[in-house]
Amino acid sequence: MTAAVVFGLCGAAAAGLGLYGAIANPRPLRKILAFNLLSSGVFLLFGVIARRGAVSAFSGDPVPQALVITGIVVAAAGTALAVALLLRFFKATGSTTLSAGALASAPADSIDE
Amino acid sequence: MTSDIILDCILAALVLAVGCWVIVVRDSFAAAVGFVAYGLLLTLVWVRLDAIDVALMEGAIGSGLTGALLLRASSRLGAKEQSTAAEQPGVMLRTVAALLSVIVAAMLATAVLYLPDPAPTLAPEAAANASATGMANPVTNVLMAFRAMDTMLEKVVLLVALAGVWSLARDRYWGGRPGPRFRSDPKDPLALLAQTLPPLGIVVGIYMLWEGADAPGGAFQGGTIIAAMWLLAVIAGLTDTPPVSNRRVRLALIAGPLLFLIVGFGGLWLGEAFLAYPVAYAKPLLLVIEFAMTLTVAVTLGLLIVGPPEREGAP
Amino acid sequence: MISVADIFTVIAVSAGAFFFMAGSVGLLRFPDTLTRLHALTKADNLGLGLVVLGLMPRAGGLLAALKLASVWLLVLFTGAAVSQLIARAARDGDQDDE
Repeated sequence: MTAAVVFGLCGAAAAGLGLYGAIANPRPLRKILAFNLLSSGVFLLFGVIARRGAVSAFSGDPVPQALVITGIVVAAAGTALAVALLLRFFKATGSTTLSAGALASAPADSIDE
Repeated sequence: MTSDIILDCILAALVLAVGCWVIVVRDSFAAAVGFVAYGLLLTLVWVRLDAIDVALMEGAIGSGLTGALLLRASSRLGAKEQSTAAEQPGVMLRTVAALLSVIVAAMLATAVLYLPDPAPTLAPEAAANASATGMANPVTNVLMAFRAMDTMLEKVVLLVALAGVWSLARDRYWGGRPGPRFRSDPKDPLALLAQTLPPLGIVVGIYMLWEGADAPGGAFQGGTIIAAMWLLAVIAGLTDTPPVSNRRVRLALIAGPLLFLIVGFGGLWLGEAFLAYPVAYAKPLLLVIEFAMTLTVAVTLGLLIVGPPEREGAP
Repeated sequence: MISVADIFTVIAVSAGAFFFMAGSVGLLRFPDTLTRLHALTKADNLGLGLVVLGLMPRAGGLLAALKLASVWLLVLFTGAAVSQLIARAARDGDQDDE
């Protein structure tokens, strides 16, 4: 039972939590939050693999760490795009949930303008 | 069980508790605040996993930037964000989702418990080739030299995301200024913060970029701090967001990937391969690329947060 | 052999942790936003100061110790400004409700 294993199990649980939140919560903002939780769990798994790759001079394998750094930035960019989409959707339709017909019944000028 | 492992278990339990709370709580604003706390706890976890560069990234981008984005979204969506009873998913869907999550989590946990021993690792190769760049930080070596292609493409991904965000503007605001005009009140503590912190923050950001060569740090972490300082000035009303059609803004956005591409093709032309750095010039080249990257990262992340243009640009 | 510096670190960090806990108890038990802010800023600033003081002997040299102290000063400064803003928002929110 090392630190890596403890945090690996934590990452697995965080990924499961994020998956549950993404499916079960109807509000898009909460789905975005849950996706971020899911991605943080996956990154923790990468971190565990990096930690286990420790060798005499290094305390961790640098390649998975670099992959996680790239992943965090890309996840943040994806979240920004998703939030911008959500806010635009809200401005166009006035509804914050993806119920059927919300986009179809929105006044045309608020979208095409 | 040593005290280290006990502390790690407590930290992991805290992380999961806050994560559960973020998923379960009703109010979206509270969930966004909880997410910021979750990110900060994860920063501690990364430090325990001996990945200091990743800890800096998680604290800056994972918790700070994404947290600011989500807070802004939840406050803009406002009271309408509370879902009505009609939209709550039924027990059937929730049970299926819970089952699926438990299965996925169990599979991942089994994978963690049965990871191969001894662990495969690329650390020896990274150590052996560290002389190619002359930098002591192995993660920076990997990011900027051994997997420079990934980093360059990541810059392009950031630009594509920004283009996507800008495309959500209304037609008549295309090329205009993002975000609302924040009123500045000189007696406000926010104005004091925005006048005092940015000089410090810019120094800290450049320091992080410089130290990233030999110690944990790097272009991304430094760029995020500089972006945060700019956002602070914008929110306090001390400066206005530039119109996105501004030539200098667009030049700053492409500076990073463009320089990367130029150096990459230079490597192709001068000898071995795309993005191969000549060993004699490796460190200065990398520093130049990193400076350009920091500028691009700062401008891109700042613009990603303020969102699509909502006002006319100045004529 | 436990040195004086180690004993000092343990005492100071434990005192800091106690103040953090006091601030958290205040956050949970006080009735409204303003009193909770008061508990948080007073207790947490003092707690962080004691933790930083306790870590000074273990810092690797004068520069690192100064960096630790500057962290505390920054937290003090931004904490004061941010609690002002939260208090103002809370007070304005109350006036809107009346």
